[in-house]
Amino acid sequence: MLSIKNLHASVEDKAILKGLDLEVKAGEVHAIMGPNGSGKSTLGNVLAGRDAYEVTEGEVLLDGKDLLELSPEDRAREGVFLAFQYPVEIPGVSNINFLKTALNEIRAYKGLPPLEAREFLNLVKERQKLVEFDAKLANRSLNEGFSGGEKKRNEIFQLAMLEPKLAILDETDSGLDIDALRIVARGVNQLRSQNNAFVVITHYQRLLEYIVPDFVHVLYKGRIVRSGTKELALELEEKGYDWIKETVDAEGAV
Amino acid sequence: MITTVSDSLYSRLIKTYEGNLPSADPRSLDEIRKQAFDRFKETGFPTVKHEDWKYTNLQPLVSGGYALEAPRSAARASIGKALIPDLDAYRVVMVDGHYSEDLSTVADIPGLSVMPIQDAFNRLCFAKYFSEYADKSDNPLVALNTALFTTGLFIEVAKNHQLDKPIHVIHVSSATAPTFVQVRNLYVMSLFSQAEIIESFVTDAGAAANLHNFVSEVVVREGAKLQHYYLQVADEQGKYLNHTEVYQEKHSLYNHYNCTFPGASFVRNNINVRLGDSEVESHLYGITLTAGNQLVDNHTIVDHKKPHCESYEWYKNITQDTSTAVFNGKIFVRPDAQKTNAFQQNNNMLIGERSAVYTKPQLEIFADDVKCSHGCTIGQFDNDALFYLRARGVGEEQARVLLVHAFAFDVTSRFANTTVREYVEHLVEAGL
Repeated sequence: MLSIKNLHASVEDKAILKGLDLEVKAGEVHAIMGPNGSGKSTLGNVLAGRDAYEVTEGEVLLDGKDLLELSPEDRAREGVFLAFQYPVEIPGVSNINFLKTALNEIRAYKGLPPLEAREFLNLVKERQKLVEFDAKLANRSLNEGFSGGEKKRNEIFQLAMLEPKLAILDETDSGLDIDALRIVARGVNQLRSQNNAFVVITHYQRLLEYIVPDFVHVLYKGRIVRSGTKELALELEEKGYDWIKETVDAEGAV
Repeated sequence: MITTVSDSLYSRLIKTYEGNLPSADPRSLDEIRKQAFDRFKETGFPTVKHEDWKYTNLQPLVSGGYALEAPRSAARASIGKALIPDLDAYRVVMVDGHYSEDLSTVADIPGLSVMPIQDAFNRLCFAKYFSEYADKSDNPLVALNTALFTTGLFIEVAKNHQLDKPIHVIHVSSATAPTFVQVRNLYVMSLFSQAEIIESFVTDAGAAANLHNFVSEVVVREGAKLQHYYLQVADEQGKYLNHTEVYQEKHSLYNHYNCTFPGASFVRNNINVRLGDSEVESHLYGITLTAGNQLVDNHTIVDHKKPHCESYEWYKNITQDTSTAVFNGKIFVRPDAQKTNAFQQNNNMLIGERSAVYTKPQLEIFADDVKCSHGCTIGQFDNDALFYLRARGVGEEQARVLLVHAFAFDVTSRFANTTVREYVEHLVEAGL
C-alpha cells in the first residue's frame, strides 16, 4: 500500500530524514519508534504534505500513486490520514460542520454524492460510540477548550468518520491517561481491517500493548536502523534508546 | 448660477447656499440650519491633519464635480441586491434620500410612524430631538447635512409598542450624474418600545459615483430596545459618509451591527453612542470584509455619562487585495459614570499582502470605580489551522472560507436576527 524509498527531507535546510525506506501492506500495523529528534514526526508531516517540510530525494507511493506530487487535501482524499500530535484549536468552526465538509469533499473526489443529512448523522452517532466521544464535544467548535485527551479522541473520531486507507498516528498516546489510552486503542483496533493500514509513531512501548503492531521500526538519525516484530519494542523498553544509539553509531564508525 | 468644475466642492457649496439655505415650516429650523452652515463654513471639509481623519483622506472625494441636489428619480429602482432571503419585514425604500411610496410597505402599521423626514417637521418629537445630539459632535459633515438636507427618513415607534416584524430600510444610490446627496434620518424609539431596523445600502443600475452624506439620529427612550443593522452592499462607485448618533435613556438597550462588504469604494462610518442615563446597555458589533481598493473606516464613540452602564464592542476586519480598513474606537467614561463596565475588542485579519489596517483603541476614563478592557490583534491566516483542515481533505479555498467564517464567528454569533446572520455569513463567503 505504502512504499517509501530513500526518503530525504529537510526543514529550513536542516536535513532530518536521510534515506528512509518503509513498505507497508494493507492490513498491517507498523510502529515507528525512536529517540527524540530522530525524525518520527517529520515522517508523519512529510507524508501528510506540510509545507515547511521539503523533500529533497526519494519517493513515496500510495498504491502506486506518487504521493509527493499531491496537495495535502488530495493526499487526504486519496486516503492518507495524519492524527496530529498537537491538534489545532479552531474556534468558530464546528466539529460537525468541519467533518461534513471534509467527508463530502473526499466523497466528491471519489465521484460519490454527498451524504444525506440523516445518513451523516447516523454515521456520526455510530462512530462517536467507537471512541466514546461525547456528543456535546462533537457539536462544539473544533478542539476549542478540549482537554488533551479529548483532542486525541477527536482525532480518532475523525479517523473513524473519514475511513482512510493509511492512518498515521503521530504520538497519539502523548498526553493520554491510561483510560483514554485504552479508549483510543480500542477505537483503532476496531477500525483495523484487511483494507487499511496504520503507522503508529510513538516514544513508548505502552501504546503497543494495546495496539499490537505487526512490525516495529526504530528510527534514528533520519533512517530506519532496526526493524522487527513487537518483541523489538519490548527490548527497546528494557534497554533504552542508548542501546540503539551506541550500536548504530558503532556500526557507522566502521 | 454658473460654476466651473475647477471650483472646489467647498467653495461651490458656500457660493450656492450662503443666504440661500433650504427653508420650510416651521421656521425654527431656519436658525438651526444657519448656525450649522456657519460651522461648516468655518471648518470646511476635514483633512488628514485632523486626528479623526488621519487615515481617510476626503480631499480626492470632495474635489470632484457633483450636482448638489438629487433629482427625484423614477419610482423604479433596483433593490434586488438588498433583499435578504427569507426575511419577513416591513420595507422602506429610499432613493437618493427620497422616500419611495411605491416600493415601500409600511402603511397603516399600528404603533409605527414612517414618513419622509420633511413631513415630520411639525411633530413634537422632531422638535425635541432633531439636531439635539448629532450637531453636538464636532463632525463638519453633520453640520453640512443639518444645513442642507431636504430629504430623509423619520421613524417613530410608539410607546409600549413592540413591532412584530423588522423594518428593512433600503437606501438606493440612483442619480445618474455624480451627485452629492444629503440624507437626514431621525428614529425615535418611544418609552418601552421595541423594534428592529435593518438598513441596506445598494446601488441602482446605471448610478453614477455619487457621494452620500448620511446623518442618522437615533433616540432610544427609557426602557426601549432597538436592534439596528447596517448592511453595506453598494457597488464600487458608491461613496458613503455615514454619521450615526445614538442617545440612550435609562434602562434602554441599543445593539448595532455594522457590516460592510466588498463594493463601495469609500465608506466612512461614525457611530457615536451616548449612554445618557444609568443602567443602559449598548452593544456595537462590526464585521468588515474589504476587497479591491476599498477604504472602509469605522469610527465609534461609546460615551458613558452615568453610573451602572454596560457597553460591549467587538469589531472584526478582514482585508483583501489592496484595500484598507480603519478602526478607531473611543470610549469615554465620564466622572459620573461609576460602576461602568466597558469592553472593546478589535481583531484584524490581513489576507491581501498589500492590504492595510489602521486600528486605534482610545479609552478616556475619568471615573475611578470602573471596569474597562480593550484588546486589539492583527494577524494573517493561521497556517497550522489551514494545514489541519487541508489534511482532512478540505480544499485550500474551502479551508480559507471556513477560517474566515471562524474569524467572523465572535461577531456573527451575536446577531439577534438569525436570518440576517445567515445572510451576512453568506456575504462573507461570497466576498472572499
